[in-house]
Amino acid sequence: MKFKRTAKPRLSELPIAAIIPEPGNSKHYSTGDWRSLRPVIDREKCTRCGLCWIYCPDTAIIKAEEGRRYYVDLNYCKGCGICAEECPVKAITMVMEEEP
Amino acid sequence: MENLVEVRWYGRGGQGAVTAADLSAYAAIEEGKHAQAFPSFGPERRGAPVVAFSKFSDKPILSRSDIYSPDVVIVLDPTLFKSVNVMEGLKPNGILMVNTSRSAEELLRKHEFLENVKLGVLNATRIAMDVLKMPIVNTAMLGSFVRATGLVRLETVIELVKRRFHGAAGEKNAEAVRRAYNETIIGWDA
Amino acid sequence: MKRVGMECATAVAHAVKLARVDVIAAYPITPQTHIAEQLSEYVANGELDAEYINTESEHSALSACIGASATGARVFTATCGQGLALMHELLPIAAGWRLPIVMVNTNRSLSPNLNIWGDQSDSMASRDCGWIQFFAENAQELFDLVMMGFRIAEDERVLLPIMVNAKGFYCTHVIEPLNVLDQEEVDKFLPPKKIPEYALNPDKPTTWGSVAFPDIQTEIKKQWDDALRSSINVIREVFSEYSSLFNRNYDIVETYRMDDAEIGLILTGYACGTCRVAVDALREEGEKVGMIKLRVFRPFPFDEVIDASSNLKALAVFDEAVSFGGAGGPLFSEVRSALYNSEGKPQVLGFIQGIGGRDITTDDFIRAYRETKSVLLGEKTVERDFRFLQVRE
Repeated sequence: MKFKRTAKPRLSELPIAAIIPEPGNSKHYSTGDWRSLRPVIDREKCTRCGLCWIYCPDTAIIKAEEGRRYYVDLNYCKGCGICAEECPVKAITMVMEEEP
Repeated sequence: MENLVEVRWYGRGGQGAVTAADLSAYAAIEEGKHAQAFPSFGPERRGAPVVAFSKFSDKPILSRSDIYSPDVVIVLDPTLFKSVNVMEGLKPNGILMVNTSRSAEELLRKHEFLENVKLGVLNATRIAMDVLKMPIVNTAMLGSFVRATGLVRLETVIELVKRRFHGAAGEKNAEAVRRAYNETIIGWDA
Repeated sequence: MKRVGMECATAVAHAVKLARVDVIAAYPITPQTHIAEQLSEYVANGELDAEYINTESEHSALSACIGASATGARVFTATCGQGLALMHELLPIAAGWRLPIVMVNTNRSLSPNLNIWGDQSDSMASRDCGWIQFFAENAQELFDLVMMGFRIAEDERVLLPIMVNAKGFYCTHVIEPLNVLDQEEVDKFLPPKKIPEYALNPDKPTTWGSVAFPDIQTEIKKQWDDALRSSINVIREVFSEYSSLFNRNYDIVETYRMDDAEIGLILTGYACGTCRVAVDALREEGEKVGMIKLRVFRPFPFDEVIDASSNLKALAVFDEAVSFGGAGGPLFSEVRSALYNSEGKPQVLGFIQGIGGRDITTDDFIRAYRETKSVLLGEKTVERDFRFLQVRE
């Protein structure tokens, strides 16, 4: 089992004024670990309205390039359940994450 | 309990790990002992892994630094195993108390990192769902903490839980503590 | 008096409540928040009969405190970090106007970067603002220093505001046992506040803080400095009275295992507890080491520091703040200066640690001790005699 270990920067590696030069680097912070519940989309029921994608506060629902198919980015999904709550056809179920 | 006993509580923000650590310290202080409790300080976020500390001793506790070599580790949420090294610094033959639906044997089989520990298990989630109708396991884990360590008395904890959560909530949580105490399975002679 | 388990922040609020404060004006800032929240709860539910003013910033909070205190009210506030920095222009006014405001400053690191954890950069950046400054080690000291604070501040020989410093989180969010006084005991120790003759009062108008030309500003500041320096006598008196009344042991400077020590570790605040554990461990190895703890930082306790260091060969001074470009950490430079003409004149080294809430461990003290001993034995040198202790190079 691998444990995540974020390397702490050293004095010699620190950019001036600790300014972060790379935009959008919050992508490196994977919050998927915070989840206790996981959204599961029933493809049969899904009408591809896109509301889950609009509502997700973490932009953790991704719109596929073709066919307007939506899927959950489990690297970031925190399991808040807003997508399940807002889905107009109840195509999303929140499922308990399993014990490892 | 002459020497310092240090306990780490692992949970997720919103599960009550900090409250559990606090109550464990209040219980010890109520019994005339010395104790300290504090969270791993920082911004609080629901779901994020959280660590809380409590220290126990018969003598005044002077050190105010973090806990690096705990004697006891309590894990409120087993999914934390995926991302947090809960065993870090745990003293050889230290106590590891886990909220899990699995048996101790299964856990030991599944996770090779669980070596050299006194392992205790409890399905605290089931107790919480039965009694509280919510998966908030902190009071149940308090019960298992008492069973596994004997650092404080069960009745002290129950009294404090009733005071902390008033009325019906107090009674229900107290029941969770008691059930947990009775159902905790410890793999050593305590 | 009774023994209870309390969060440090609650102990502060409890002391303020028992002290029958009249006015509280505060703005929330982590990690002071629990103090402000608890106090507002006491006022809301009637446990504390006081005016709680919710200001829109710390600048206004201290302004409100100053206004209230000038009318003769007993006033309390709490803040830290950026909040204390925002109050900065008002700090000298509170002191120069001789207002006995008590403030708990939950030591928080000044930005940049955005760090909510504890270090002394906030209070050290305000060390010359003319306030009395204490450092608390734990919940018991916080409770007692706040209680004694009102008594000392309001003493007619003092009449100065007091900043009680306590490390953010490590001395605010920790639950521990302490002995709290009951209302009767407090009422006997802390009489109702006297309203000065000159207090702001529409029926007896006075003028405060008028223009002062170069021909008078010096005398004004000297009067204030004299008052701050001589307040140490009153502090000593009150510490002694409180100690005998309530079975405590308060000295301006506290020593631990210093009797035959050759090297001393000198510091303030929460880390003193951990330092004692390090001293014990070193003593087990036969090292002749002890700890000197400063409870009072302003006025600087010259006599006590000189006395405690008198038989030492070397002194390691621990700072939890950086004096950028300065002659060492703040406490280090002041201690060294105070010892310049002392008889024994120990070698003085400075170590900076605990910045931004980085944990201070017994190992840190032991490392610093061993380094001090090496320097004393001529085995190594430290550039300019001070350095950061915990840097990842």
